[in-house]
Amino acid sequence: MIPAPFSYRRAGSVAEALDLCTEYGEDAKFLAGGHSLLPLMKLRLAMPEVLIDLGPVRELSYVREEDGHIAIGALTRHHDLEHSEMLARVLPLLAHAAGQVGDPQVRHRGTIGGSLAHSDPASDLPATVLALDATLVARGPAGSREIAAADFFQGLFETELEPDELLTEIRVPVPAAGAAGWSFQKFTKRAIDWAIVGVAVQGSAVALVNMAGTPVRAAGVEAALAGGATPAEAAAHAAEGTSPADDINASPAYREHLARVLVERALLEAQSV
Amino acid sequence: MIGKPLRRVEDLPLLLGTGRFAADISLPGQAHLRVVRSPVPHGMLRGVDGRKALSMPGVIGVWSAADLDLGPIGFRMVAFPGMLPYRQPVLAAERVRYVGEPVAIVLADDPYRAEDAADLVELDIESLPPVLDQLQEPAQFDDQNDTEALLHEDGYGDVGAAFAAAPHVVELTVTVGRHTGVPLECRGALADYRPGAGTLDFYGAAKVPHQNRLLLAGLLGLPPQLVVLREAHVGGGFGVRGEVYPEDVLVCWASRLLGRPVKWIEDRNEHLLAANHSRDQVHRIRAAVLADGYITAIDDEFWLDQGAYVRTHAAAVPTLTASMLPGPYQIPAYRVRGHVRLTNKTPAGTYRAPGRYEGTFARERLIDAVASSLGKPAMEIRLSNFISPDQMPYARPMSALGTDLEYDSGDYALLVGKAQARFGLAELEHGLAARRALGEAVGMGCAFFVEKSGLGPYEAVRISVDQSGHIDIITGAGSMGQGFETVITQICAQELGVRPETIRVLHGQTDQIEHAMGAFASRLTVMAGSATLIAAQALREKALAAAARMLEASPRDLELSDGAVRVAGDPDTGISLAQISEALRPDQAARWGLEPSLTADGWHTTDHMCYPYGLHIAVVRVDAGTGQVIAERLLVAYDVGRAVNPMLVEGQIVGGAAQGLGGALLEEFRYDDAGHPQCTTFMDYLLPTRAEMPPVDVLITEDAPSPRNPLGVKGAGEGGTTAMGAAIAAAIDAALGVPLGVKELPVHPEAALRLAKAARRESTSEPGGA
Repeated sequence: MIPAPFSYRRAGSVAEALDLCTEYGEDAKFLAGGHSLLPLMKLRLAMPEVLIDLGPVRELSYVREEDGHIAIGALTRHHDLEHSEMLARVLPLLAHAAGQVGDPQVRHRGTIGGSLAHSDPASDLPATVLALDATLVARGPAGSREIAAADFFQGLFETELEPDELLTEIRVPVPAAGAAGWSFQKFTKRAIDWAIVGVAVQGSAVALVNMAGTPVRAAGVEAALAGGATPAEAAAHAAEGTSPADDINASPAYREHLARVLVERALLEAQSV
Repeated sequence: MIGKPLRRVEDLPLLLGTGRFAADISLPGQAHLRVVRSPVPHGMLRGVDGRKALSMPGVIGVWSAADLDLGPIGFRMVAFPGMLPYRQPVLAAERVRYVGEPVAIVLADDPYRAEDAADLVELDIESLPPVLDQLQEPAQFDDQNDTEALLHEDGYGDVGAAFAAAPHVVELTVTVGRHTGVPLECRGALADYRPGAGTLDFYGAAKVPHQNRLLLAGLLGLPPQLVVLREAHVGGGFGVRGEVYPEDVLVCWASRLLGRPVKWIEDRNEHLLAANHSRDQVHRIRAAVLADGYITAIDDEFWLDQGAYVRTHAAAVPTLTASMLPGPYQIPAYRVRGHVRLTNKTPAGTYRAPGRYEGTFARERLIDAVASSLGKPAMEIRLSNFISPDQMPYARPMSALGTDLEYDSGDYALLVGKAQARFGLAELEHGLAARRALGEAVGMGCAFFVEKSGLGPYEAVRISVDQSGHIDIITGAGSMGQGFETVITQICAQELGVRPETIRVLHGQTDQIEHAMGAFASRLTVMAGSATLIAAQALREKALAAAARMLEASPRDLELSDGAVRVAGDPDTGISLAQISEALRPDQAARWGLEPSLTADGWHTTDHMCYPYGLHIAVVRVDAGTGQVIAERLLVAYDVGRAVNPMLVEGQIVGGAAQGLGGALLEEFRYDDAGHPQCTTFMDYLLPTRAEMPPVDVLITEDAPSPRNPLGVKGAGEGGTTAMGAAIAAAIDAALGVPLGVKELPVHPEAALRLAKAARRESTSEPGGA
């Protein structure tokens, strides 16, 4: 469990990070909190030749209220999201979900951008930003571009980011007054585990954790809600269009059952908020 | 001092960060060893090509079985000659039998290069279909042998007649999954062979250094006295750590080959593939029952998945399973047949409460089944079958770990009564019933068990007092972190009337004392504790004899207290142990006709074990939507005869309960259909954490001291684990209202969900059902 040999570079700024990325190309990986990447490297499932450490890039750690949305720096740590008073007031779903990631050590090191760019469908935050209709900002040699959360996640460990791009900011629209209800539910065998299934609800937007190769919106549930269905009726559609994995933690049928149960619980909780 | 919750005396170096675990020890010029392991579960090994690895910088060499001149690793415990063909070779030669089996070693000048180079060793393996189920008919193991390494048959009484005459026969099949003890510290070894001197020092020993010295010296062809095993701090044992494994032999062999120290530190991935697995038994068990619930016979057949080889424990687990299965009940007739079957999985050995966790689960589920079929409360069945106090000592005509199975003492019904009162079980059940009425799936389950402890045949202790009054207690027994030093200190401090701070306990060094068995089978407080008492008594006699010369008094008129000898009734005459030690110079001692030095040896020997017993109670809630089982409370009542340190006993019980809960709800080594292990990191092998562990209430009683040792103690190391699986299973049944629902551990949420759904179907199909 010693990683394969790699070179280590520190980036002091976004510009420097992008320069290093251009220099090393596809052989390089950005290192943020490291709590997903380093275990993979120790198991030699990931063997990047160069690690570009973003630790010193302080400019990407912030939570700001901007025109109609909340802007979150990609290197903001889960712990800081969890304890942000602004998020607690304006985006309690995100603050709460960040507080459910891993364990305290992970939350003190891990960053929202790292979690999103890693694109593990079992992670909590990808589905959360999907439910929140967030926009992700990527910066590359040619400048910045915006990517909708719905387009960002392409598959297990695959995103819309180009190899020379860095995720810099997450922009989350402030939920409308009628969509303030929220809930985050996840099922794990132990508190510190990745979700076997999870669900994030904001208003009538419903996104599922770990029900496919990417986080997915529960379109059937959302359509049923739009048609006036009760939470129980809508939740019956939770597994529609999903493709849950079959692994040692759960069978696909069990995951589908969990999705229905958790969506119903989440919708009921969101209603009561 | 004995009976007091003295704070652990061994913690200061750990708190100061000056502990020395295996990985902390280094020697100048050491080489680092990395093991190349089989990536396939079963296959013929056609070739090992280390050329690419050898070309890497810093690589010293690559060796495989063809380079070794070593026999297989021998047995340390209960062995039958028929098991010899199944011993594990140090490196696989012709055939690989599990993923993780050592096939070659790479030595390099640092551990990073060793691991990089090991990745480049090419193995040519022709895959064979794996055997993955102990219930399938035995397959071919080698040319002469099939995969059933042992059929262990035992029992007594006329089982056939009992079943023929019984008005009720209750039968069930139960399974305990594959899990094991997972110490926080992985294994590690540093071997230092000195060319010329011909000595071998081995650091990183644990549990049974003296026994392992004999095994290693035998394998390497060295005189045992030239081989020194040294135990450092040990971060947990649980039965797994401290046995002789291939890696231990390999570092010694490589150090001798290279004439320099060789170090190997296991990583967690390796640990979960390479260290002993355990449990994994299927029992088909039935009981012959009279109308009043008295069980006249038990007939059990079980199948144990031994994994790929039979390791050092040989038949310890199956024989303990068989002999301890009847537990606290009279059972006039008993028959057991245990099949030890080899598969293509990591080899299995002992783990905390070996054989008893499994056997207790089978037996207590059987008791629950008897109760259910007779429509009586399970506790009533237990009480009417208990061995009564006036039947003690109670001999069951069988043997356990080579000793006659004879329970020394116990009042099982008394413990049940005390637990009911102390934990308020009636009120607790009342509260749970009220919650069930409101729709919650909550329930309580109980299981009773008998443990065994204090395995002989001997342990030795040497106590010596230096000229400052400082006391060294030397024992070859090991410390795994369980508080051994504290317990030994308390016993000595009480007997000699000295402060604990003046005592140091030295353990696990084979060059300090000739004989030792080691730290296993809940034996140390019984065996080393008794030896300490006996040695301290001898030291006291010697101190009094010397002081008598110094005070020109009769030893009969002297007393030892507060570290000094005085003439009784004359407080001004005190001579300290330090002064006595100084006075016992060889010349002066010779004039007095005494042996020099204030030193004494003590041995405790025994042919019998002692048998503590307990009651486990679990309260669980089942989330009927997801199937998740949440343990709300665990209660443990345990009679240990006498608790030298109740705080440490409680700590043992709580830790043991966590492991019992892990095996009941979370921990399982799973393999895919091709035989590839699925649980090789802590992401997949799920140990309970603080969040999953409910509070554990512990009631320690001392109602049945053991008559078999001078302290009256029984071992406390395993009784937190033994019946936890059975109690949690019963609690889940109660929560869901499904009698005998749980027949398989661990209870995964998906399985609990199926039970919950079955319960709902049952209740809605019954006329008038709620």
